[in-house]
Amino acid sequence: MPEANPPVDNPPVGRAQLAAATRAQFTRPPRSLWNDAWRRFRRHRMAVAGTVVFLGLVLFVTCGPLLARNDPRAIDFSKSMLAPSRAHPMGTDDLGRDMLARVMLGGRISLAVGVASMLIAITLGTLVGALAGFAGGRVDSILMRLTDLFLALPVVPLLLLLIFLFRDALRRAFGPETGIFILIVSVIGLLNWMTVARLVRSSFLALKQKEFVEAAHALGIGEARIMVRHILPNALGPIIVAATLGVGAAIITESVLSFLGLGFPPDTPTWGRLLFDGQNFLDLAPWMVLWPGFLIFLTVLSINYVGDGLRDALDPRSRR
Amino acid sequence: MIRCYPALDAGPFDPVWRVVRARWMVVRQEVALNHRLLWSWLAALLALSMVLAACGSAPPAQAPTTAPATTAPATTAPAPTTAAAATAAPAPTEAPAARPGRGAGDTLRLLYWQAPTILNNHLAFGTKDIEASRLILEPLAAVDPEGNFVPLLAEEIPTVANGGVAQDFTSITWKLRKDIKWSDGSDFTAADVVFTYQYCADSKTACTSVAAFRGIKSVEALDEYTVKITWEAPNSYPYQVFTSQRGAIIQRAQFEQCVGDAASTAADCQAANLAPIGTGPYKVTEFKPGDVVVYEINERYRDPERPFFKRVELKGGGDAPSAARAVLQAGEVDWAWNLQVEAAVLQQLASQGGQGNLVTYNTANVERLLINFTNPDPALGEERGQLSQPHPFLTDLKVRQALALAIDRKAIAEQLYGPAGYPTCVLLWYPPFAQSVADIFTDCDQDVAAANRLLDEAGWQPGPDGIRVKDGKRLSMLFQTSVNTLRQKTQELIKANWAAIGVETELKSVDGSVFFGSDPGNPDNIGHFFADIQMYTTGATEPDPTAHLCGWISSAASQKENEWRGTNNMRWQNAGYDALCDQLRNELDPDRRVAIARQMDALIVSDVAMIPLVARPRVAGASKDLKGYNPSGWDAELWDIANWYK
Repeated sequence: MPEANPPVDNPPVGRAQLAAATRAQFTRPPRSLWNDAWRRFRRHRMAVAGTVVFLGLVLFVTCGPLLARNDPRAIDFSKSMLAPSRAHPMGTDDLGRDMLARVMLGGRISLAVGVASMLIAITLGTLVGALAGFAGGRVDSILMRLTDLFLALPVVPLLLLLIFLFRDALRRAFGPETGIFILIVSVIGLLNWMTVARLVRSSFLALKQKEFVEAAHALGIGEARIMVRHILPNALGPIIVAATLGVGAAIITESVLSFLGLGFPPDTPTWGRLLFDGQNFLDLAPWMVLWPGFLIFLTVLSINYVGDGLRDALDPRSRR
Repeated sequence: MIRCYPALDAGPFDPVWRVVRARWMVVRQEVALNHRLLWSWLAALLALSMVLAACGSAPPAQAPTTAPATTAPATTAPAPTTAAAATAAPAPTEAPAARPGRGAGDTLRLLYWQAPTILNNHLAFGTKDIEASRLILEPLAAVDPEGNFVPLLAEEIPTVANGGVAQDFTSITWKLRKDIKWSDGSDFTAADVVFTYQYCADSKTACTSVAAFRGIKSVEALDEYTVKITWEAPNSYPYQVFTSQRGAIIQRAQFEQCVGDAASTAADCQAANLAPIGTGPYKVTEFKPGDVVVYEINERYRDPERPFFKRVELKGGGDAPSAARAVLQAGEVDWAWNLQVEAAVLQQLASQGGQGNLVTYNTANVERLLINFTNPDPALGEERGQLSQPHPFLTDLKVRQALALAIDRKAIAEQLYGPAGYPTCVLLWYPPFAQSVADIFTDCDQDVAAANRLLDEAGWQPGPDGIRVKDGKRLSMLFQTSVNTLRQKTQELIKANWAAIGVETELKSVDGSVFFGSDPGNPDNIGHFFADIQMYTTGATEPDPTAHLCGWISSAASQKENEWRGTNNMRWQNAGYDALCDQLRNELDPDRRVAIARQMDALIVSDVAMIPLVARPRVAGASKDLKGYNPSGWDAELWDIANWYK
């Protein structure tokens, strides 16, 4: 077998040269999952655009209200339903309040609800799914039946029940807005983890059989470490996609609750509430509906692109 | 992951979601309609000019009743500005000559955005229940839009002249029609009328109509078709019982076992409450509480030519704007009740929709704030809202006065209600108590400075956050009302008004069917009133204000003991008011009665038990081809539904 002892074609090199080459080789940082992912993510143009837009939105709602000149709650009938202008870049609503200020204030709550409840859902779902998939056997069947149970629950009536039961207690403990925020976020999160759990479980089941896991076992690595270091990163793709979809779903669920009069107090201008308030004015003052609607659309779309990019980037099989 | 989205398709929230979807369809249609915008605007302009002409030149009673329907969609409605004239607002009734006979029409679709939950009039909690029950259960006499009595189950209206009412006003004798049958075929007799009294006379039955039965000594059947009602004291308004909205007669055979506690607990009685046997033009075939009632003709109805429609479908749920769209623009329903929608939207829908007309008619209704005199703090547990727990700061008259002074009623009425509301300082805004809308808005202009002064005087000092504090108590209130964009905007306006005097307000909105729901286990309804302030519309249901005004007396306080069904849900205790109520009940002279009623009204306003905001003529929507309706502000809107036709 000639390959076993390849002839040295290169002209002999000096010791110093060899050392330099070797050093150069080893000083280049080793390829890691995250490095690779970042490299691939940067190549995904829409994902980068999505990130920029989303960060822009976050900046818009966090810093915007500090710079805004208009009070989002100041009622002035003389300015009722003004079209977008210099003084009111997004126009005013029927009570003469500045839409820009309201949209920024509302975006804080909508984005916070979306992201926070998504985090809860992802954490819980990954935990349950990973345990079920990795442990298998009885643990798996108990956890999966639990998941089925949650999937079978009708969400909106349950939401109403939970809000009915806990609203007053939380309102007293944390005040009206924080209390209802905690309630809504946890309720939406607690009712949306099931899909994630199933996705994670199936990925775990598939990955458990792979050679690299067996290799890790053979090396004597602990179960927990295998789960977290070896399997989980490979299962990140579906989790992240589920997470991005979850943000949009949470924003929409929050607006459904506002619509039913069960979400935030009626004077809190979340994007969903702004849409609800403005819907009757679609033909009289379209900007009352279009702006919050556009921002929900932009948020969900940009997060979806980010998720898309992340999935591609984190999939070790799609090495490019 | 997006499960909660499609999951809305099923479950008890079906109607709400369907409404959302229906609205989306409408929005799409709207886009298509845009090219007709110009024509609609012209039509609206024409309508407006006619309305202006009507109120500029003619006295209220001569408002145009019919108009060429081809030119403007909104013209068949009487001019809304005819205001406080109870005798005005005639609805478009056309010659019934061409009217075909019984069952010639197919289905009449009614839309009530508050869904009925019970069909027994006497246990009903809101107008929607009373309306839905009216197709089945009838009183002895109805009241037409002009305030005149129309005999239904009686042969004639008893008066002093015809001997039906005793000279000294201590009794009234009704002669019943002999040809009336219940829908199950049995005869309607005086025994049923007597039983209806006995049913509600038992306080454990917890009739919500109990105000109408107050002061009765006895109700007896003189013979099978004559009923004599004797009063404990001379009663100047002897028609208070067995007429109009709350006078429905229930069948003795059906409800005999349901007197007392059994009325809402026994299984048979619960079933009877949902499907009462009646004498009205329709009987119920299907009732899903909180959703839909389907009626079909009562074959034994007394008039062989009526009703015209074979079936009536009364759909509940949704909200006022979607109801307005459904009738004015989408043409999905024939009649939509109570279109309490932002003025701008309503006017635009009426002029542009093309499917229906606005129907306005006057009532005694006033949108008002009710002030809780008991402490709604949940920490009190079972004692919450009981009379033994006075409110920490709303019992302070100066605080209440300041709250009233700070509100800008004019802005609420003009900017939000438009033609469907007038700012008012009083509750009695109709003749003979007030002659025009100028009379009712006299001395309650917004005065923030005076309000601030009052609070300063009372020792309420602004704290570090700007909210006034006294003895460790903050002026921070929970303000609840039903879900309705107009009400939420009113809430926001009032919140802003109160912020200007250092009062913090937390807003809460409750779904209409829950807020006005009659379930004693429901802590969010107006009877429990577990908030500091609540807002809704109510008013006298008959031309005489006695029953309404006396609904706020001390002993009618809504408490745990009466299953939170007392009419005085703010739990206001005022001996002077109670005494005036007694006087009003005993006074026979019409002029003195008006004076006493005015005094009671003035006492409510000066003691700030309620804050009247907007006087509201009612606005309904009717499809263009619906005829014969004649909604009365003094009775159920559907009182003459047997006469409706297409």
